[in-house]
Amino acid sequence: MAEAKPIDGRSLIRRRAGARLWLSAGWLTLLCAVALLAPWIAPKDPLAQDLFLGRLPPFWVQGTEPGYWLGTDSLGRDVLSRILHGARVALAVALVAGTITCLVGATLGLMAGFLRGWVDMVISRLIDIWMAFPPVLFSILLIAVLGPGLWSIIIAIVVIDWTRFARVIRAEAMAQGAMDYVASARVAGRGRIGTMLREILPNVLPTIVVLLTLEMGIAVIVEAILSFVNLSISTDDPTWGGMIAEGRTSVHQAWWVLVFPLITLFLTVLSFSQLGEGLKDRFDPVLR
Amino acid sequence: MPFLRILLLRLLTTAITLAGVAVIVFFVIRVVPGNPIAMMLPPGATEADIARLSALYGLDKPLVAQFGIWLAGVVQGDFGTSITTRQPVLDLVLGRLPATLELSIMALVMACLLGGVAALTGTRFRGGRTEGAIDVANGMALSVPDFLWGLVLILLFGVLVPVFHISGRVTPSMDLPFATNFYLFESLIRLRFDLWADIVAHMFMPALALAIPLAAIIGQLLKQSLKETMNLDYVTLARTKGYGESRVILREALRNAALPTLTLVGVQFTFLIGGTVIIERLFSYEGLGNMAIDAVINRDLPLIQGIVILFAVIFTAVNLIVDLLYTVLNPRLRHG
Repeated sequence: MAEAKPIDGRSLIRRRAGARLWLSAGWLTLLCAVALLAPWIAPKDPLAQDLFLGRLPPFWVQGTEPGYWLGTDSLGRDVLSRILHGARVALAVALVAGTITCLVGATLGLMAGFLRGWVDMVISRLIDIWMAFPPVLFSILLIAVLGPGLWSIIIAIVVIDWTRFARVIRAEAMAQGAMDYVASARVAGRGRIGTMLREILPNVLPTIVVLLTLEMGIAVIVEAILSFVNLSISTDDPTWGGMIAEGRTSVHQAWWVLVFPLITLFLTVLSFSQLGEGLKDRFDPVLR
Repeated sequence: MPFLRILLLRLLTTAITLAGVAVIVFFVIRVVPGNPIAMMLPPGATEADIARLSALYGLDKPLVAQFGIWLAGVVQGDFGTSITTRQPVLDLVLGRLPATLELSIMALVMACLLGGVAALTGTRFRGGRTEGAIDVANGMALSVPDFLWGLVLILLFGVLVPVFHISGRVTPSMDLPFATNFYLFESLIRLRFDLWADIVAHMFMPALALAIPLAAIIGQLLKQSLKETMNLDYVTLARTKGYGESRVILREALRNAALPTLTLVGVQFTFLIGGTVIIERLFSYEGLGNMAIDAVINRDLPLIQGIVILFAVIFTAVNLIVDLLYTVLNPRLRHG
């Protein structure tokens, strides 16, 4: 009986992992569609202000105006339309910043872990220095230097988060480099760079994919935090973080301005993370 | 002897790290657009006024010379003068440090309690529904960062059921008899429980927001090592002696399972301290992080430098202490 249990538990984990994989992939696909179609499906202009329609509650509460499904903020802007448009910034940052961070971090980690020597020493020292910075403060500082804007956020995320990839991939590449198949590839006449790209890289690729998924969720949060501190892209463009910042100040008068963007952000971050964890289980030979 | 060598080596790398942080932060913030001196002076100030004030703060010299002057000061404990408040940076920073330390430590304690209870409960009822529920809760807590938990808590316990304060460190109308800035600690010592309760009601939500992700990590790791320990021979022996399951977990397994978790808690604690920056902002808590964001917005270069260096010192110190503790506690490394 004691032996039957773990197998049972494992299949349970697998079934649960499958469900969360599909749920999170579903939410993210929906979000991509919304981001692409935002100008056509948003019921109102996300920037249109109407002070006579300020702080309208969502549709099921008394005293609302038809057409404003999730209510309006203090300037009379439609909350639903702003959330739909905000998905564009969030996903653009997630995809572009996530990918560039992954490329930079994984390359440095791979080099440090496989080439070792002075390359490893320099990269490891850099990682140590980076780990001594409080990341949120560092990103705010970088935005102050670069000025607000979409590309500034992306650059800030890459500059701050490359260590997440570099640390893990360095350790993985080191472990892989000690294995027999790498030695035989070298004996067979493959060069150092060739071995790194043809032998090590394919073996650390699953880890890179998992980290990339997790990083996309982190990028969405960083963007939200920066807009919360009012340092993201220009104040006109709707972003979830900007909406949350406004909602936080008027939370006692108009809770919906905070609640709806928060739920959207929460589900998105949760989905990226669960997708990453689900993929990790899929790639994990022990669980498979 | 090996211990001393490890210590010296670690001190050396720590010094290199801190020097690197100092160089990066100094040069990065000098690229910040916007002249802080021009922002200080009233509109209508002449070019000569700006030049005079720049000279006063040493901002007219070449960058490398500025760095030399600043570094020489830092080594002597002089971090310069804040541009916005015109007070010594060290005084400002040390004045705010206790608030951030109290918040971080309270969060750490909460995380250990929550994570510990989750792990112990999960181990006690392993294989059942309770463990499944704890795993799901852990997964959620781990996936969502402190910033979002803070917002969720504001909605739950600040708006829906308003039991805690959502901003500040203490109710402003209260009289504070404190000699230090360790409000939480000092109110206890002075037996001012009314003040203590007020401070806790302010700190509870920001501390909990910081604690949730760490609690999940502790819960997961401790549960895993507890499960491994539960299969060891000495635990089976304790069982055959007729001890109950709870006693076996608490008295026999926990002690051995705690070490790997402890070392991880140290590293994660630095992440938690880093998280205070945005959490303090979210809850308008008057700590270092909130001051740092204001300093960036006001382009207060000396203050930004001081705060970043202080954070870096705290981070590296925590890491150093954890490494050394691990060496001391783990006999295999000590004799290795």
